[in-house]
Amino acid sequence: MRYVYADNAATTPVSKKVVDAMLPYMTENFGNPSSLYSIGQKANQGVKKARQQVAAALGANENEIFFTSGGSEADNWAIRGVAALGAKKGKKHIITSKIEHHAVLHTCAALEKQGFSVTYLDVYENGIVRPEDVRNAITDETCLVTIMYANNEIGTIQPIAEIGAICKEKGVLFHTDAVQAVGHVKIDVKAENIDMLSLSGHKFHAVKGVGALYCRKGIRFPNLIEGGAQESGRRAGTENVPGIVGLGVAITDMMENMEENEKKVSALRDRLFEGASKISHSRINGDRVKRLPGNFSMCFEGVEGESLLLMLDMNGISASSGSACTSGSLDPSHVLLAIGLKHEVAHGSLRLSLGEDWTQEDVDWILEVLPGIVDRLRDMSPLWEHIMEEEKAHA
Amino acid sequence: MKYSQKVMEHFANPHNVGKLDDANGIGEIGNAKCGDIMKMYLKIENDIIVDVKFNTYGCASAIATSSIATDMIKGQPLSEALKLTNKAVVEALDGLPAVKIHCSVLAEQAIKAAIADYYKRQGIDPEPIVGKIEDNDHE
Repeated sequence: MRYVYADNAATTPVSKKVVDAMLPYMTENFGNPSSLYSIGQKANQGVKKARQQVAAALGANENEIFFTSGGSEADNWAIRGVAALGAKKGKKHIITSKIEHHAVLHTCAALEKQGFSVTYLDVYENGIVRPEDVRNAITDETCLVTIMYANNEIGTIQPIAEIGAICKEKGVLFHTDAVQAVGHVKIDVKAENIDMLSLSGHKFHAVKGVGALYCRKGIRFPNLIEGGAQESGRRAGTENVPGIVGLGVAITDMMENMEENEKKVSALRDRLFEGASKISHSRINGDRVKRLPGNFSMCFEGVEGESLLLMLDMNGISASSGSACTSGSLDPSHVLLAIGLKHEVAHGSLRLSLGEDWTQEDVDWILEVLPGIVDRLRDMSPLWEHIMEEEKAHA
Repeated sequence: MKYSQKVMEHFANPHNVGKLDDANGIGEIGNAKCGDIMKMYLKIENDIIVDVKFNTYGCASAIATSSIATDMIKGQPLSEALKLTNKAVVEALDGLPAVKIHCSVLAEQAIKAAIADYYKRQGIDPEPIVGKIEDNDHE
């Protein structure tokens, strides 16, 4: 049986190139980057090079890149840091969207308990924030706007440059959680007026446990970890040297192949949409055009997402769903609800996130098994029976 | 979260799936908003469940609990079927993740609802025999 890994938005396999680059930093170049002897300096050079690589990929300067343990840490640091700055000036208002990752939403919720007010912007049916809504939400008390670059569930790409321009004009700091976007779409932090950006290595073939926060020079916010001079003293702790080296190689590789990947992957994704849309009572979630090349998100009425993804797994396909059962809560995904889906429709959601190594055969295999699985689940679904009965009554 | 082998077996190849055209007791529990609905069809003769089928919309554990619960009551007298607890269903499946226990409650309630329907059709008030059916799902 064919195996198709269709959850690249959750994590990606580490590339051979990355592994090869990392290995020497675990063995011969294992030194502590803070040590002055040569083996330490070799490690130091490895980190320095990676910092340059990450900076180059974002259009930033190397002294604006701070390595972290991943995207969630970068999000927490940026938001809490700016909030602390804002609080000093009596500015305790944050603007974000309803479809952010929980690393952002839960951090905002924690700040609300500390007396901050947070505006959660609508994203409308297409899953995209409207820049004018950001403008209208900004007040004299606003210290931060944090809007994700691209959504992890429905793949929608937000109008970051427009929002950045508004924030610059209004003198409000702008952070973007770009965990899903970095390495997949072109980002230029200067041109897009991004003050802070979070990224995570394992979303583009580096290892888990390494990420970075880009923070524009001149923004002075609190250190995350005290205890050493690493990351300009802002995040102490001996660096994850192999992970950081791998991150640099991975991001460079993605940049070099971006155009080609984007073209190839989005074409496969479109083939998948076209095929899966033939299933009746289905819908595509999120804007059809302004979305990540590798993101496929659809809902199939009358079926439940967890059953759907487990049956796909039995057919060698690793997928994801935003149903309540898979979100670990009673409600389906906040993202699907934010684009206006009813609970019962959102429960039937399926996310497939493609990889650069996919072929047409992978897409065709999914299209071969998916309709049958949906049919099988609908055949035993009282909800589907109700949907059909209602249609008959209205026919 | 991880499912037992038993749950996966019943999910992959559920027993007693479908409808019974000659059912004389039908019960439906759950709602679409919460993401699970179970519908039980019973054919009862001389107070014995001679056949049972189910239709379920929901996650793997909802389908697996429906499957095993129908196995457990098939051929049983109503008095025995009414004794089926959600705990027994969970045990028969070698356990369920904590967040999925409500699925086993749904299975127990769906069977009771079908039996209640049977009594109603016989002109018998089911409540003294079956008890109250809890159709509040997640609440």
